[in-house]
This record gives sequence, structure tokens and C-alpha cells, in this order.
Amino acid sequence: MGQQRKKLVLIGNGMAGMSVIEQVLKLTDQYEITVFGSEPYPNYNRIQLSYVLEGSKTIDDIILNPRAWYEENGIVLRTSAVVTKIDTINKKVYADGLEPAAYDALIIATGSKPFVLPVPGADLAGVIGFRDIHDCEVMLDSARKYRNAVVIGGGLLGLEASKGLVQNGMDVTVVHLVDTLMERQLDKTASDMLKAELKAQGIKFRMSTKTNELISDGSGRVGGIRFENGETIEAQLVVMAAGIKPNTDVAKASGIQVGRGIIVDDLLRTSAPDVYAVGECCEHRDVCYGLVAPLFEQATVLAKVLAGQDTQPYEGSSVATKLKISGVDVFSAGEFLEKPEHQVLTLSDSWKKTYKKVLLQEGRIVGGILFGDVALAQKMTKWVRTNPVMDEEMHGELFGGGCCGKENAMLSAASMDDGEIVCGCNGVTKGTIVSCIQGGCTTVDAIKMSTGATRSCGGCKPVVEQILKYVLGDTYDGAAAKKEGICGCTTLDRDEIIAAIREKGLTHVREVMHVLNWSNPEGCSKCRPAINYYLGMLLPEEYEDEPESRFVNERLNANIQKDGTFSVIPRMYGGVTSPEELRKIADVAEKYRVPMVKLTGGQRIDLLGVDKADLPKIWEELDMPSGYGYAKALRTVKTCVGSLFCRFGTQDSIGMGIALEKKFERLNMPAKFKMAVNGCPRNCAESGIKDLGIIGNDGGWELYIGGNGGTKLRKGDLLCKVKTDEELMAISGAFIQYYRENGKYGERTSEFVERVGLDEIEKAVVKDTENRKLLVQRVEEALARLCDPWEAVLHDNAQRDQMYETIQIPAEVK
Amino acid sequence: MELNTLDLRYVEIGALEQFKPFIGKEVRIGEYSLAVFRTSDGKLFALENRTPHKKGGPLTEAIVSGHTIYCPLRDLHIRLEDGKVLEPDTGEVQAYPVIIENETVKIGLPAITLT
Repeated sequence: MGQQRKKLVLIGNGMAGMSVIEQVLKLTDQYEITVFGSEPYPNYNRIQLSYVLEGSKTIDDIILNPRAWYEENGIVLRTSAVVTKIDTINKKVYADGLEPAAYDALIIATGSKPFVLPVPGADLAGVIGFRDIHDCEVMLDSARKYRNAVVIGGGLLGLEASKGLVQNGMDVTVVHLVDTLMERQLDKTASDMLKAELKAQGIKFRMSTKTNELISDGSGRVGGIRFENGETIEAQLVVMAAGIKPNTDVAKASGIQVGRGIIVDDLLRTSAPDVYAVGECCEHRDVCYGLVAPLFEQATVLAKVLAGQDTQPYEGSSVATKLKISGVDVFSAGEFLEKPEHQVLTLSDSWKKTYKKVLLQEGRIVGGILFGDVALAQKMTKWVRTNPVMDEEMHGELFGGGCCGKENAMLSAASMDDGEIVCGCNGVTKGTIVSCIQGGCTTVDAIKMSTGATRSCGGCKPVVEQILKYVLGDTYDGAAAKKEGICGCTTLDRDEIIAAIREKGLTHVREVMHVLNWSNPEGCSKCRPAINYYLGMLLPEEYEDEPESRFVNERLNANIQKDGTFSVIPRMYGGVTSPEELRKIADVAEKYRVPMVKLTGGQRIDLLGVDKADLPKIWEELDMPSGYGYAKALRTVKTCVGSLFCRFGTQDSIGMGIALEKKFERLNMPAKFKMAVNGCPRNCAESGIKDLGIIGNDGGWELYIGGNGGTKLRKGDLLCKVKTDEELMAISGAFIQYYRENGKYGERTSEFVERVGLDEIEKAVVKDTENRKLLVQRVEEALARLCDPWEAVLHDNAQRDQMYETIQIPAEVK
Repeated sequence: MELNTLDLRYVEIGALEQFKPFIGKEVRIGEYSLAVFRTSDGKLFALENRTPHKKGGPLTEAIVSGHTIYCPLRDLHIRLEDGKVLEPDTGEVQAYPVIIENETVKIGLPAITLT
């Protein structure tokens, strides 16, 4: 390569510009590349900022190309570098504080800026857009410090921001100028359905509302917002999401022709020679795009232009939109508001909460909306682009005309062009996926690892599955590829395994794995403990627990620590202890040189750092029952002081806590189970975040279920109120048994309640008194044969020797 | 890691019946700490008793399945024959040869003198 390489400069280190660079690198090595980015980060996936806000991804997760990638590819990356001017005559780029950079070809990809409402107070602290990592950080920080947020704008971005803020615990109100959410993509019907769904997720709305002023809290930060009608509401964070405008500052300052965006032709050329523009900053045939798919299409064309290859000109994109909010599936493409020239096809199903609408013009599909069921999104995108004449088959597929859906899905995978983008988040085409499958990938997961398709929002998974099926034909193993078993050893789920154990009368873990054709004959660390639990739950009388199918903690009745030592937590019913007990614990701790004695969150005492071989000796000397601090079982019942001593107490919470703990201790459950009993609504023992939390009042008890104070903080749901202690005991037992019988192994009640639904649980354990009796009967059967595991070990020398003793052989190592 | 078999000295660690299928046993020989496992087919395997995970911890308390174990602390899947960590994780732990002679179990260790 004797000749000097040409200089390619990119202004804007975002998704559009970097997509061009990535593709240029694949096509040619004729360029020496420099990239200017105003943010302090390497290239990241801006679309996924919603996930960062929501907490499901970290900033590191969304970095597309780390700095090392730039180095490996010989690209000079200048971050935090703001380009101020382009000298289009001498072909030089000027950035603050840097030497001018010469170019032979220049790409402007400066993206867009949030549109800031021109109202008083828009410059206050706490008023931001939702555009970059910095905004995201400000929002997360505000969520930690403040309570109320207002999001101005009920479009795609505004709604995603709102959901993220709600998820972070803020009280969020969306203020929208018109009466339709996402009015650029949805009609009133779909918008109302969306609003109802989001309200249920905790977002508040003020529709048809104009913002007049942002009010300062006196310290220079925003404190509230005033509407046109004079009303005000509190807000310590205001997110402006009322639209974006192309960022054209540099182009304008450099004499390049600008309309709403930087004007480009079908080869993405601007008015200046050898200067190109892509992405949200440009305006093509009077359109500025704000979504990712058109950016990829533009980038593909521009990369070929720069590499000197033949290319179809870019003729514009048909825009399809999906909302990235978990639990809400919305899709819109092309025309969506009916005009006189349209034929309108709709199907609205308020029970399934789905809505479909397709608009035809002269019999051809020109656009539509899908709500609730977006399986056909990919196909609709294509139809809206190619405008086919609606036929019987398409109609059947859209509105269920008795056609076999599967056949049609196959047709769609077959008829897609190779260049068509399947995964919009990562710009993966059908062709790439097909060659990956031909290269040996046979599952969606394998395709994900190899191409990145489905990795981000996952919305394209059904299409990837279809392509897989289409390419593999008869060799496609649908069951294996699609269904998720409880672990990699099986394709069966929990219910199928339970049903098979019942029907076939299976009684051992090995038998279950053998009869149900486990791919891994001796199972794994996921399925073996699960089957062991299910068998024990189904056969309380006869099942012999298998220690070898238990996770270490439950096998050894102690909690393993990172250095291989264990912790010992003795039972202290209701968190009540005595001087004798404390003396005994202190003596043991001293004798065995326990490195740490700590109070647990559940009102118990934890002895940490105990050697395995010392465990039985310590249990023997403590002479207290196991506190089960290691088990998928009742951990502790926390109690407040209650009416025994507290001047506010209305019920004997300690007495009730002890009774409950004595009743339900040692019972195996799908996951750990925490309880609390409070003597008054002040709730000092935190019943609101327990698997079963009980709050006493003058007239009786309230039962809350499904609370969780752990990874996913969840407030418990009120299951019922009872008047007597007997009812409390019965309903607690019934709920515990219902959870034991219906929970998936490893599933906490917080997840269980959400999966099964409070109504269903209420019906089974509260309303249906007959069923309640049966549940109580079954829980009594299970409780009847339980005994203390520590004591059991002490009486079983063989087990003590096998499980806890180490073999020691004196030797010298040279 | 392949051990040089010429350097190995076989040390008696106990009777076969002391090792129950599926339940690991820690064996300390001088400074060595080994995790010894008996699999369902009656074979015995010995690994250095330390998970290859960078945060460390023992292996004895693992769940045993076929000729593999699942690390008790972080669920690494480790092959008993050679100590290789299986996908999706990576790493390796030292494996030592085990022989059974007349119901007695012996482990081959380099650089060792019994005291």
C-alpha cells in the first residue's frame, strides 16, 4: 500500500456515524479515520438509554465499541471534542482546543437536540432532555433525591423516560399538549389503550395541557410547573421530551445548506463538496428522521458511496415504531389516521386488550397500528414499504380468517429480502442471520451470540425464529429451539414435570430425570434441587429427601461464606432471647473463636466464619434449634414489641409472631420465606416488605403477601383482614401451602403473586373456605413429619462423619 | 495442567467406603487441600480444593453430576477428569490422579514426603 491513505473525518460519535464507519472498514482500507465526539464516552447504543434508566442495563452494557476497538482499527477517537467550524474550501475541521483536522471526505452525524419549550424557567437546574448518558445520570440522581417528576411530552421518548422514572420510585406525571399519546404514531383508540396500560403501571397523565412556566424552588432548581389554566404541580425534575430538532449548528456556521436539517441528496451529499451527512441531523427529501432504522439504511448507502462502490440511491424510509416499555407492545407504521381515500380495517378486543388497524388505499396497504399483539410487526413494516394489494391470505393473517398462521409465518420469512433489517437495534439483516444459520447456528441463542440479533430489546425474536425454521426446514427442532425448560437438561417446564410426577407416580430424582428423558442423565445444579423440592412437596409422607440434590447450604444446614467457612444462626422465635441464651451463645463464640458475631436483618444472631468440622460441635453446645438462615423455608418472623410493652401496641405481636414461627418453621418452600408481625400500623417490624406480613389493629389483623425488601423492592398486597387469631393462623397456613404447591422452585412470593395474580390467590385461600380447609389440611400433613436438622445430624454419626469431617494426612511438601 | 507422572507419589488417603457417591470430601495432605468426589459409576476423582473463580472458595461442597461438578459458590461447571471449566465460563483447576487398590484409595501428588 505505497500510496498515502485518504483522510476520512466523522463529526459525531453516535449510532448513525459509527454505523457508516463500521461498514466502510468492511468495504475498504483506503481511509485513515478520525472521529470527533462531544460526549466523554465511546460509541454507545442511544436507544438503550431507556434500559439504563429502567435499571436493566448498565452504561457498560450499552457501549457498542469500546476504546480498544477504535485502537485496533486504527481510528483516532477524540471524545469531549466539540467541533465548531468546518472550512469547506481548505477541507479542515476545527474543534475547541485541538489542532485542525484535514479531510478528504467528511461525514456530519451530529444527531439531534431535545426541543426545549420556550417558557420561563426552562434554564433552571433539574430541567433536562432525554438524549444522552449525562441526562440519564441526572435522572437517576434526581430519583434518589427527589420525589416528583414531570415529563413534558407524551411521545415515544417521553413515555419511555416516564416509565424509567417510575421504576426508580418517582411520582411521575406526563404532561401532553394534545389529547392523544404518541399522536405521531397512534390514533385515539390505541392511545387510550396505551394510557390505561401505563396508568396501571403508575404513570399519571395530564392531557391537552399546555405548560406556561417552570417555577424555581428559590435555590435555582426547578420546584414546580405552572399550566396555562393557572394550576401548578410540584416537580423537582422536569424532562423535556416534546420533540427533537436536528443539530445543525456546525453545518450552519460553516455555510452548508440547512433547512430543518442539513440538506442531503440521495447519495447523502450536502451542499459542500466531499461533505456528507447522515442520521437525525440531516434532511432528505423534506424529511428528518428520528428513529434508528432509517439511520442504518442511510449509513449503508453512504458507506458504499465512500468506498467507491455501486449502490442504490437512498430514496427515503418508511417509518415503523415500536415502544420499548416492558409489558406494553405497540407498533405503528406508515399512515395511521384514516382519510377519505382510505379503506379502514380494524379489530378491537377489549378482553385480550389488543387492537389492530390497517389502512388501505386503492386496495393497497399503506399503514397501520398494532397494539397488544405485535407478532406481525415485521411483516407490516414490509407491507407498508412495498404496498401490496391486500389479499385473502394477508387478511387471514392479520385478522384471523381461518388460515393456518404457521404456514403464513413461513411464507413471510421466505419472502423477506436478504438486505432487510430484522434486528433494528443492532442493524442485523436477514442475510446475515441466514448465513449464520448456514454456518451452523441452530438456535435463537446461538444467532444472538454470533450476530447480536435479539440481543437488545428482543422484539425481533419471533422473526428470527421464523427465519431459523425456514432455513433449517425439516431439521429444525422447534421444541428444543423454542421452549424453555426449567434448565438446560430438559425442555419441560415446572407444570409439566409436576404433572408427570403425579401421573407416572415417580418417587426419586433420578427416576424423574430418567423417565422424562433428561439430556444430561444426572441433571445439573438447577434441576436437581428443584425436582427434590417438588417430590418432597407432592409426597410429604413418603419422600426421602436427597442431600446430594441439595445446594450446599441446605445439605450442610449452614450458610457457606466466600472463604469456605460457614455461618450459624440459631432459632430465636419472634426475635426474643434471654440472658441465659445470650450467655450460651457468647460462650460458644469464645470457645470456637468465632471471628464475627453479628445481628441479622431478621432479628437473629449470626456466628460467622465457622469451620465446617466445628458446625456439629457448635450446634451441640448451643442446644438451640436451627434458625434456617440458609434454607428455602421460613427464615424468621420479625416482630415489634407490641401490646406487651409498647404504648401504641394494639395486639400482642410478639406472641403471635412466636406462634407463627413455631407453627411453620422447617417447612420447605419454593424459595426463602420471610414474615413479620406488627402490633399496630406504625409497622416497626416492616410487614410491608415480607413474603407474609401481618399488621395488627384494634379489630384484628391485616395480612399482606408478596412483599420483598431485596433486589426487587416490592410492597406487599393486602390479601385480607381477619378478626380472630384462629383465622389468621388458618389463612397463613393456606397461603403458605398454596405457594408451596404452585410456586416455581426459586420463585419468591413477590414474583409468584405477580405471575398468578392476587385475585386468584384470594379466591383460593380466603374466599373459597372449603379449599382453604383442604390447603390447611395438606400443610398440616407436611408439618407433621418435620424435625430439627441440627439435632438430626447430632444423632447420626455416619452423616456427621461423611458431611462434616475432613481427612487429614500429615505430610511434608518439598 | 498435565502432571509429570514420573514425579508422582501415590499417597493412601483412606478406605473406599469413606467416600460416598455424590458427596465430596475434603482431604488435607500436608499443605495440599483436595476435594475428592465419587461419581455414580464408582470412579473417584481429586481436584485441588479451590474454585478457579478469581474470588476463590472451596469445591468439596459441589453438586456432582456425571463426571462434572457445579461449584458451590458460583456455579462454575467443572470437569472432574481434567479440572477444565466448561462453557460458558472459563478456567482450570488442578486435577490429581486417583487409584483404588484393594478398596484403598490413593492420590498421586508431586513433591511430597509423608511424615
